[in-house]
Amino acid sequence: MSALIDYTLHLADNSLILGQRNGEWCGHGPILEQDIAITNISLDLIGQARSLYQYAAVLINDSELSVSSKASSPLERRFGGEVSEDSLAYLRTEREFKNCLLVEQSNGDWAQTILRQFLFSSYQYYLYQYLQTNTDTTIAAIAEKSLKEVSYHLRWSSEWVIRLGDGTGESHGRMLKAIDELWRYTGEFFIPADYEKELKIDGASLKYEWSKKIKTVFDEATLTVPPDIFMQEGGKQGRHTEQLGYILTELQYMQRAYPGCEW
Amino acid sequence: MPVQDLEKIFQQKIDEEIKIEPKDWMPDAYRKTNLRQISQHAHSEVVGMLPEGNWITRAPSLKRKLILLAKVQDEGGHGLYLYSAAETLGMSREEMINDLHSGKAKYSSIFNYPTLTWADIGAIGWLVDGAAIMNQVMLTRTSYGAYARAMVRICKEESFHQRQGFEILLVLSRGSKEQKEMCQDAINRWWWPSLMMFGPKDSESTNSDQSMKWKIKRKSNDELRQNFIDMIAEQIKTLGMKLPDDKLKWNEERKHYDFGEINWDEFWQVVKGNGPCNKQRLDARREAWENGEWVRDAAAAYAKKRAARQKDKAA
Amino acid sequence: MNFIRKFYYGDIPEDKAGGNIVSKDSKTDWPLWEVFIRSKQGLDHKHAGSLHAADAQMAIENARDVYTRRMEGESIWVVESKYIIASNPDEAGELYEPAKDKIYRHPTFYNLPDEVNHM
Repeated sequence: MSALIDYTLHLADNSLILGQRNGEWCGHGPILEQDIAITNISLDLIGQARSLYQYAAVLINDSELSVSSKASSPLERRFGGEVSEDSLAYLRTEREFKNCLLVEQSNGDWAQTILRQFLFSSYQYYLYQYLQTNTDTTIAAIAEKSLKEVSYHLRWSSEWVIRLGDGTGESHGRMLKAIDELWRYTGEFFIPADYEKELKIDGASLKYEWSKKIKTVFDEATLTVPPDIFMQEGGKQGRHTEQLGYILTELQYMQRAYPGCEW
Repeated sequence: MPVQDLEKIFQQKIDEEIKIEPKDWMPDAYRKTNLRQISQHAHSEVVGMLPEGNWITRAPSLKRKLILLAKVQDEGGHGLYLYSAAETLGMSREEMINDLHSGKAKYSSIFNYPTLTWADIGAIGWLVDGAAIMNQVMLTRTSYGAYARAMVRICKEESFHQRQGFEILLVLSRGSKEQKEMCQDAINRWWWPSLMMFGPKDSESTNSDQSMKWKIKRKSNDELRQNFIDMIAEQIKTLGMKLPDDKLKWNEERKHYDFGEINWDEFWQVVKGNGPCNKQRLDARREAWENGEWVRDAAAAYAKKRAARQKDKAA
Repeated sequence: MNFIRKFYYGDIPEDKAGGNIVSKDSKTDWPLWEVFIRSKQGLDHKHAGSLHAADAQMAIENARDVYTRRMEGESIWVVESKYIIASNPDEAGELYEPAKDKIYRHPTFYNLPDEVNHM
């Protein structure tokens, strides 16, 4: 059970953190139409995160009742009651978040945001396709519903990668810089964490399709897929970049400053 | 046809409640007034994204975060509808944006006040959107067709904005001591600025008369302000909070609430650019626009390249 | 400020019509598109508004993001605004008035016995 909880939290954290990052653009986009577009993606992602946290909360509350080991559960101790979507998002610490390193990277310029979205959406696209047939019916259902949203994110971000890669000299240069910045965080997608192994979720099998997609879009964008470089990993297991602490500081501020309040 | 006749036909249409459409003849002052008002309105929506946008990353629950994101995004959409309506009068969006950034065009002063606590998000929804909607409902019947249509769409979408604001305050008003204080503090800070949103008193407003004759506006500043005060003075009872005005009192004879004097010096100072956040707001808009320039250029360059390639292919 | 240069209060514009003044070209200005949305299968596409986009693909996506946030549509048409040809309001008389007296085009013009009133 604990592997399923961890995995659900991992999926939820991915969506929440990327949604939070994209949300920072709201009001600051390069043109009104795109401001609205990136906010839509943010809304989709945070919506996904909620469904997943809600499911994780059910799993946690049920499992802890049945095991009746309340005292040994760090979450229960901290929340002093039932776990909820908000306690999971707002009261876990840096080391408990299980999102991939890529989604916590800063927005940078529009090129970096677009590339981050494209690299992640293409991963999420194949992952959710794969999860649609998962034996856990709730995960499968969430994956199926989210897939429609993610397909659009993938289409939107692919087109932007092509526009920027094949746009002007400046936009091409900025895409190169973004690739240099972010590529190192993509290897982690395909290295299973303990809980994935336990659930027999074979992320590595997605790598072929994912790489093919990236190459097709990069080719059209006149960009080159980087050669094998050293990949950073650890996010799935709670070892993050320094970025995450700052994200959580902002995200969790209200719940930390006013513990136990309703909003 | 002589100008006088065209003007007569124009005014006749207005009097008969026939909407004016983009290609119709219109007096230039009518065009200019509409252009000024619609573009100002558009700028207000877009600048208005900033104070609330501040709290998107800090919203206290996931549900509140989604609602706030959707709401601020709506405001961007509303800005877009309004820019489009203004563009039918012959000015490009880019020119309008340049006027905003140069300080030539104005936007609603209310957005030059800071959002200091989460309760401010509630107060903005309830008071600021509440005040705006009084104006906007009136504008759904404005005489310029494109403006009226934009307002109909906007009013439909805005209907949840004020409710979500009030709901935020309602939760606070029933919460802990700190939450109640936060709620009252936000109301104290937003009440007077929201009254200023209706503009100068009728006796001092320069634009009102002609606008009424052309049915761009249909109610005077003072009339709308009084309606707003009457509405809020009742609603606040549900919150168990106080409006920061000792002169606020029901007047049985007038069937309206009496209220204290608005600080018009403050109003004019903020209009002139000396509000607490005028500089930050404009800086943020300029920065977004300037940082976006290479993005807009790249997309335009790519579109051109692709069109050329398709032409080659076809040839 | 194109519009001020061109028109003065009470002046008659060249084409006797107010709108559609071409504004200055700018390299960063994405063209304007008109958006038509079908709210549900079986209905006509209806003009929803306009927006800016660099190309047709982007115009469709922007229309989706801007004009269908509340499930307003299931099909979108976009066309660059410059390709819309509009009739001139000054010709309204000759264009539309002649239809006014052709009441025989409307079913209510015909009186039939009650037995066939579902025709």
